[in-house]
Amino acid sequence: MDLSLSTRTVGDRTIVEVGGEIDVYTAPKLREQLVELVNDGSYHLVVDMEGVDFLDSTGLGVLVGGLKRVRAHEGSLRLVCNQERILKIFRITGLTKVFPIHTSVDEAVAATD
Amino acid sequence: MPTVELLFSAQPEHVRTARLVAAQVARRAGVDEASLDEVRLAVGEACSRAVGLHRNNGVEEPVRVLLNEDEKKFSIEVVDEVPGNATGGGATGGPPTDDAAEDEGEMGLAVISGLVDDVEVIDGDRGGVIRMTWPTVSV
Repeated sequence: MDLSLSTRTVGDRTIVEVGGEIDVYTAPKLREQLVELVNDGSYHLVVDMEGVDFLDSTGLGVLVGGLKRVRAHEGSLRLVCNQERILKIFRITGLTKVFPIHTSVDEAVAATD
Repeated sequence: MPTVELLFSAQPEHVRTARLVAAQVARRAGVDEASLDEVRLAVGEACSRAVGLHRNNGVEEPVRVLLNEDEKKFSIEVVDEVPGNATGGGATGGPPTDDAAEDEGEMGLAVISGLVDDVEVIDGDRGGVIRMTWPTVSV
């Protein structure tokens, strides 16, 4: 299964809905999408990962890269994920401490630091 | 002889194929259903790392994946042809490698060691081997 990406705006947040598999082959597409959004001035991103079937360390690297970019503009990158097998990868790598992870898009949109 | 041996050219698009094959052979070998996600992720990480090493070092040989079914265990070996990288020390003597790609490889190793209880990283003369083993249940 390939990667699917779509974006929409809710208030000052940009929701990036990701579906399929994020791996060494597809992660560059997600990276491009995040870079493009930041270049276009979207600094508050919510990455909705509910449709993601697979995530590896390349994908984690892209998300960390996205976080670095938005932070350079005092922005934010929040994740939406309820899937245990995906959350496990964030836990193993300690990235649960780096990313705010929410159970729904609504919750992520409403969240403030 | 391994139960299944897979050779693929060092291209990112083939890593998914390796994941699917490994998970299917693991299932047939009797690896617990709950561990199949781990198998899929770990073999994907090992293959992504090998692909990165081959590409960064201009190695044209394929990446090898050996799937071994034993009586009480199932093991996967992912074999690369780039010496001097298995312990995470970086390339020695070779051309400078892409730092970002190397970091990703190290993150991959971190994920594998966090995920798999029985993992061995071997640095051979010809390259590195990541060997991961899971117990099987008899069916």
